[in-house]
Amino acid sequence: MNDNNVVIKVEGLEKDYGVLKAIDGISTEIKKGEVVVVIGPSGSGKSTFLRCLNLLEMPTGGSIYFEGEDLTDPKINLDKHRQKMGMVFQHFHLFPHMTILKNLTIAPMKLQGKSTKEAEELAYSLLERVGLKDRANAYPSQLSGGQKQRVAIVRALCMQPDVMLFDEPTSALDPEMVGEVLEVMKDLAKENMTMVVVTHEMGFAKEVASRVMFVDGGKVIEEGKPEEIFGNPKSERLKSFLAKVL
Amino acid sequence: MAQWFEDVKAEFILNFINDDRWKLLLEGLFVTLKVTFFAVILGIVIGVVIAIIRSTYDKNVSTMPKGFKRTVLGIINFLANVYLTIIRGTPVVVQLMIMYYVIFATSTNKVMIAVLAFGINSGAYVAEIIRSGIMSIDNGQFEAGRSLGFNYVQTMRYIILPQAFKNVLPALGNEFIVLIKETSVSGYVALSDLTKAGDIIRGRTYSALMPLLAVALIYLILVMVISKFIAIGERRLRQSER
Repeated sequence: MNDNNVVIKVEGLEKDYGVLKAIDGISTEIKKGEVVVVIGPSGSGKSTFLRCLNLLEMPTGGSIYFEGEDLTDPKINLDKHRQKMGMVFQHFHLFPHMTILKNLTIAPMKLQGKSTKEAEELAYSLLERVGLKDRANAYPSQLSGGQKQRVAIVRALCMQPDVMLFDEPTSALDPEMVGEVLEVMKDLAKENMTMVVVTHEMGFAKEVASRVMFVDGGKVIEEGKPEEIFGNPKSERLKSFLAKVL
Repeated sequence: MAQWFEDVKAEFILNFINDDRWKLLLEGLFVTLKVTFFAVILGIVIGVVIAIIRSTYDKNVSTMPKGFKRTVLGIINFLANVYLTIIRGTPVVVQLMIMYYVIFATSTNKVMIAVLAFGINSGAYVAEIIRSGIMSIDNGQFEAGRSLGFNYVQTMRYIILPQAFKNVLPALGNEFIVLIKETSVSGYVALSDLTKAGDIIRGRTYSALMPLLAVALIYLILVMVISKFIAIGERRLRQSER
């Protein structure tokens, strides 16, 4: 129904909480290898938008197509598709009762039928890339915030997803730990991972984004290449937003 | 002093040695352990099921679209609530007697009846303990599980329940300690548990102090041993902290 390059297609997305319309008609396409950074003031609906993409938030209107299939169709096997959409949360949400290694291997083993050996090999190789191989047998509570978030990214990667969703991945971190997490994300982008990132890190957006979406009041106010968005903002709202954050 | 010692010795022989009366206590102890053991298992099974039903309802009913699924969940949740209300609202002795004299009036398997009565009773308390454990887990854990592709049941099983259990282990341990002592009312349906055995000895020897003291001591030791095990279990589960 659409060309193969489109990973996620959003059509007229709406999320109405009754008292508040968090998303008021967003349509967009996310192509393979694209890094889409979503920015906007708090309460603008950008996190809700991201959480709608894998239906952690149930949209009240519109459709989301992932690899050509409509996720909002009640008959679809959502769990199957979520396996291909990695998600990283602001507050990490590592499983505190499992070691790091178990955090990384449980989903591939239970959901993809990988053997312990296969799953652990993948986990170790990914852990090595984020420089945490030696912490495999630690528990999440023994890690710093930045380490936790790097592990959380690896946990999502262990499912070998087609797209990664980041929900303010650095907002809960101490300033000195933001860099190490952004580095991992930049590496991912270099490897052509398709990414949707909600963030307040404008530097990251400028450097890595292939497209920036500015969301406010549940609508996409402006979108385009980072140079356009940051260098030549057109709408008043984006101008005043950038004036505050830059 | 010597006279007092002789008296105690005579009492001891009368109550425990003569006619091998100690065997009554031993058999009673086995009945108590058997009933408690199976009642605990039944209680956990019932408790987990009811807890999952109730917490699923509490968490999801506000966001579920109206329809068949929501209606079914509503009905099941209602039945679970009825069960909790009745079981927690009536004394366990009455439940035991209803089981024995009404529901299973034709059966003579007293141990099974006691297991059912105490298990069904305990299940109601275990359910509320586990439910509080499930509700105490941050919703982010649930979202993390679902975002990896686990379905609802898998998320519960691998992610939520293990953490919930860990959080409520002290309360669960307490419930089991209560349960082992509650089985002492088994004598109401003429089941010869530990308490009943002590009472039988008392009836035969017309001497109350020794048999009842012995029974109390055995319960005390049982509870202390169980408490120790629970403490060990808690310590092991706490490994992941710090």
